[in-house]
Amino acid sequence: MSSTLIKDGNICADNWFLLAADTLGDTQADKLAEHEGDDIIVPLNCWLEIRGQLLARTGKTGVWLQSNETPAALAADLAQLPLIALNFPVFSDGRPYSSARELRQNMGYEGELRAVGDVLRDQLFYMARCGFNAFALRDDQDPEVALTALNDFQDSYQASVDRPVPLFRRRA
Amino acid sequence: MYRYDNYDHQMLADRVAQFRDQTHRYLAGKLSDAEFLPLRLQNGLYVQRLAPMLRIAIPYGMLSSNQLRKLAYIADYYDKGYAHLTTRQNIQFNWPALAEVPDILEHLAEVEMHAIQTSGNCIRNTTTDQFAGVSADEVEDARAYCEIIRQWSTFHPEFAYLPRKFKIAVCGTRRDQAATQVHDIGLYIVRNDAGDIGFRVLVGGGLGRTPVIGSEIREFLPQQHLLTYLDAILRVYNREGRRDNKYKARIKILVRETGVDDFRDKVEAEWQAIKDGPMTLTQDEVERCRAFFHDPAYKDLPAHSETLEQALNTDVLFAAWYQQNVAAHKKAGYAIVTICVKKTGFAPGDLDADQMRFVADLADNYSFGEMRIAHTQNIVFADVEKDALYRLWQDLKSHDLEADNLGLLSDMICCPGGDFCALANAKSIPIAESIQRRFSHDELRDIGAVSLNISGCMNACGHHHVGNIGILGVDKKGEEYYQVSLGGSADNDTSLGKIVGPAFSQEEIPVVIEKIVAVYKEQRHADEAFLHTYQRIGMEPFKDALYAPKNADSKSDNKEAQGARS
Ligand code: HEM
Ligand code: SF4
Repeated sequence: MSSTLIKDGNICADNWFLLAADTLGDTQADKLAEHEGDDIIVPLNCWLEIRGQLLARTGKTGVWLQSNETPAALAADLAQLPLIALNFPVFSDGRPYSSARELRQNMGYEGELRAVGDVLRDQLFYMARCGFNAFALRDDQDPEVALTALNDFQDSYQASVDRPVPLFRRRA
Repeated sequence: MYRYDNYDHQMLADRVAQFRDQTHRYLAGKLSDAEFLPLRLQNGLYVQRLAPMLRIAIPYGMLSSNQLRKLAYIADYYDKGYAHLTTRQNIQFNWPALAEVPDILEHLAEVEMHAIQTSGNCIRNTTTDQFAGVSADEVEDARAYCEIIRQWSTFHPEFAYLPRKFKIAVCGTRRDQAATQVHDIGLYIVRNDAGDIGFRVLVGGGLGRTPVIGSEIREFLPQQHLLTYLDAILRVYNREGRRDNKYKARIKILVRETGVDDFRDKVEAEWQAIKDGPMTLTQDEVERCRAFFHDPAYKDLPAHSETLEQALNTDVLFAAWYQQNVAAHKKAGYAIVTICVKKTGFAPGDLDADQMRFVADLADNYSFGEMRIAHTQNIVFADVEKDALYRLWQDLKSHDLEADNLGLLSDMICCPGGDFCALANAKSIPIAESIQRRFSHDELRDIGAVSLNISGCMNACGHHHVGNIGILGVDKKGEEYYQVSLGGSADNDTSLGKIVGPAFSQEEIPVVIEKIVAVYKEQRHADEAFLHTYQRIGMEPFKDALYAPKNADSKSDNKEAQGARS
């Protein structure tokens, strides 16, 4: 699998495999065997269940959170996770924005923070401000067009992950 | 008032360009209806019964004469020549064409106006008391804090897709005219014993189908923590507010389901992580924002105006208007004037383009070129010299703006209702008019202070829950009916009205109001306002008058006798 991804402001190939919750279940062991050498993103419950086994694999492991799952569950594991993905079941579900800020600002997570699911051009700017640095766009989105969204605004009022000093502390 | 600098201008220009591109893609079929929906809502655009509706923000009600002229221009060139003042210090156009909205927004940007976050599930326009900064007794001018909140909430990246809309009101006057307690967050400016400014924080108020009065979660929040604390509340709400049912999605439901104490604990925990962080307000920023709201160049005038006195003695109509529509000002020789946009025969809160231009000129001539929009859908000239009041009143008469019913029964809050709104169960504008026509001027003055609020459906845009008399449009087997409630109030001691009984037809409503008023007049003590009489005597006498069969006659004689004794 290699779909397009926007990461750190560039369009690039995506080499991670996202294992959906419903593809695991009883077939979890088979799936993991199938992806032994691959970089995979697993659902939270899978991670919590067999963390040791996942870390022993040759490929890298990331975790994805459903929008109702909170990053607190990963508090002890951040250093071991090169990637955390936050899922937007629908683009209008705003919970992952808060999770992203929590991960970046309160928990100090520095790995890749990826938006997955219903990820559309018109939400990218705010996502980036909340600390997402990678965007697995919905299939129908044009990555070139989406990339321009990161420059929708030249500046913003609030403190944010990409610009931690609010305008009122910078205003001349 | 607040003036944009290059940063503000640039952000607004970027926003207009962004929405132009989005509209373009929508019209080209590249954005679905569902995808475009929140984008247009967050630029003020609803799609309504007859046409789109564009809601433009008037941040905390402050409007300059040039801005009003621009609105008049938009009314003429992009709409049907009028606009509607709303209960949330916004102004609405009912007939813009979707494709032209980006152009309208560009016009607005020229005068530092916008429609940002006036709809949608985001933080809406912050509102305050229309007398902020000029009220004779005030803790602190709320407007600087409103502007600070406006900037914090504008394009807040984390809170653009909340479970539901989110409304914040700030009140720094002692008499609350901002309906602060029925907002998602209500902030009362207070001073602690050391004299420091802070906020009493209420959360979880709201109207709609489940009206709730906000609960206090912090008695004193020092001002520097304002934004981090708001961030903490919003984060808890964004994460935990219900998204499974839009009627249970407001923060009031979360607070109720969580319990106020647990909710407070959650906010506190979230706050500890960001408290004292970069969003902590600096004294410089507070001062910078305050400077925009310093007093205008008041003259030194005597407190007493001979010109005014003479006019009051010779012109009874002017005197009536003065008594009702003019309030005390903190500065000697000045007065606060409310232009009541509730003249009988005109839809409450509607202004046509000529009136807008005219009011703009008057603001230049009489009130330093500025005005405020009140949540009661009226316009306030905050700084008028007492000597000029008589002239101002004569000018207002020439454009049907001299209504002298401020605070009286006919000064109703009224939503657009079935004439414009796709969600309505019933019309509200004709109901307002039928009530206005029922009462003579003298009767209205005799009845005195009473608030009558009308909503065309349970979304409660017309604040019916907090009207002393509330009227709610309901659907009864396909017919428009009206449920009446009594005892609501949006004042400092906010209360929610109680329903009197079965709903009435449109034709019955004026008589119903008349009967309610009759009970009050029979039962009131000297100088007792409607609300207080209701609170003293309760619902029963009103119920009896409205629903009792014919034998009520002897009873009402009885009441008259009682009334005469007291
Ligand atoms: C004509 C188009 C309008 C539509 C479609 C509309 C829609 C709505 C809806 C759906 C709600 C309920 C939200 C909820 O309970 O979560 C609501 C509430 C409200 N609207 Fe409107 N509205 C319109 C016009 C207005 C106007 C003209 C005003 C002012 C006069 C207004 C002021 C309000 C207020 C004050 C509330 C109650 C806030 C609360 O629940 O706390 N709206 N509106
Ligand atoms: S109260 Fe109902 S009818 Fe009135 S404007 Fe709001 S949604 Fe429309």
